[in-house]
Amino acid sequence: MSVRVERVDLPGIGTRHDVITSAGRRIGVVSHRTGERELAIFDLDDPDSAADSIDLSDSEASALADILGASVMLGQLLGIQEQAGGLATEQLVLPTSSPYAGGVLGDTKARTRTSTSIVAIVRGTVVIPSPTPMTPLQAGDTIIAVGTRSGLDSLAQLLNSGPG
Amino acid sequence: MTESTLLLIEVGALLLGLGMLARLANRLGISPIPLYLAAGLACGDGGFVPLTASTEFFETGSEIGVILLLGMLGLEYTATELVTSLRQSRTAGLIDAALNALPGAAFALLMGWGPIAAVAVAGITWVSSSGVIAKVLRDLKRLGNRETPTILSILVIEDLAMAFYLPILSALVLGAGIVAGATALVVAVAVVLVILYLALRHGRVISAIFAPNHPESLLLGVLGLTMLVAGLAQQVNVSAAVGAFLVGIALSGQVAKNAQQVLSPLRDLFAAVFFVFFGLVTNPADIVPVIVPAAVLALVTMATKVYTGYRAAAAAGFGVPARWRTGFTLTPRGEFSIVIAGLAVSAGLEPQLAPLATAYVLITVLAGPLLARLPEALWFRRMLRRRATGTAGAVIAR
Repeated sequence: MSVRVERVDLPGIGTRHDVITSAGRRIGVVSHRTGERELAIFDLDDPDSAADSIDLSDSEASALADILGASVMLGQLLGIQEQAGGLATEQLVLPTSSPYAGGVLGDTKARTRTSTSIVAIVRGTVVIPSPTPMTPLQAGDTIIAVGTRSGLDSLAQLLNSGPG
Repeated sequence: MTESTLLLIEVGALLLGLGMLARLANRLGISPIPLYLAAGLACGDGGFVPLTASTEFFETGSEIGVILLLGMLGLEYTATELVTSLRQSRTAGLIDAALNALPGAAFALLMGWGPIAAVAVAGITWVSSSGVIAKVLRDLKRLGNRETPTILSILVIEDLAMAFYLPILSALVLGAGIVAGATALVVAVAVVLVILYLALRHGRVISAIFAPNHPESLLLGVLGLTMLVAGLAQQVNVSAAVGAFLVGIALSGQVAKNAQQVLSPLRDLFAAVFFVFFGLVTNPADIVPVIVPAAVLALVTMATKVYTGYRAAAAAGFGVPARWRTGFTLTPRGEFSIVIAGLAVSAGLEPQLAPLATAYVLITVLAGPLLARLPEALWFRRMLRRRATGTAGAVIAR
């Protein structure tokens, strides 16, 4: 799957990168030489004109990039669901009341107790792929786990209220 | 009151006034250039407030203003951008030159100002204002538009063409004749090519003499080098402005970026002084008789500019609305036209040239940004759509 990206020089200003979607829509990113960034969404009726452009600061641009990156990653993870028969993927949110909130992943002994595998943790816009037993857990984390249906159900139970 | 006290009072009062005008321009969303010119007209020769002590200051300041305007313009472009633009938009640049310079030349000849003034007026009507247009593009949020690179490369070519045009004009207005004009051109071409070559291949070497992270030394060093080269260029009749432009191009990378930051307040100050000085030496009473010719000239050359832009955008494969946007955006003339007029006036060419240039720039610089908004007006879009469906209907009917 190759994506069409166009790079155009803007003499005296900087560069513009356009991504053209398969549906034919065009999104542009203007990078000023001074470091400012602008996101331009192109008009449907007049494909040469930016219908709107949004100025982005450094941190806003990187937050946007993170969100896009994280959602792409989630999408790819959830894709496993369709590929492996008998196995399911689930996103579980760690509730505030969970005994493991504030601890580390190893505390849950999830693999031994439920035969499921926690493949990633999503915290806000950050994705932690392949977490280790030492990875900290926080209330509100989204835990992405792979396992059998019954295994995932008992994992949800475990995360909510601890073992037994 | 001593001379120097009076100088402080006059310069201070005028700068304070300019500050207020710049604020007003910002509020209205227009370029401050017309207001600076108007302020200059209101003071000085034939104005309401004659200045005595500060004329000399403004004269020197305006020379530094030209050098800084051009030097900063050079800093904005990298040598690579110049070469790429030249390669990609050569045809558009040539059409632009022919369509916009010739009406100016014809106008001067019709007015009976002679061939040298014709060369000067040709330049005045040819070059669009990069400063005003860059601001318009930013204000109208069009930097992301697909036709914007086309607009910018036409501006780049015009600015680069000035590096050849100004030396010829300065040789001609000095009364040097064809041979000296040709020599100046040869020297200019050689110098520009050498500088471009150095900037492309050894840009780092030239930039290496400056420390990009020490603002004070960078400010003094770059300003010094720019003025030095400008002076040397003037000495060999290659126009100080061109020398400054080339220094700007030769600097690259972090040095260019930081130099732009430290020099831009100075540029704002002296460029304002430059526009005011041009207004100061122009007598407002002289403008009245040239208003109608200036308006006609503005109308004709704005139309040719629109056509130039329309053609360039069409050649680059953009849609009809983008073509109109390109055309209208290119209409304002500004700093270069005044630089050219200043050069001609200081050499004592046709006295009506300065008032004409003032009126001409005032008209285009005010009308241009308004015209640039036209393609967004509802009635304009509707008209384009009607025309588009009209032709489509004709095809079906056939």
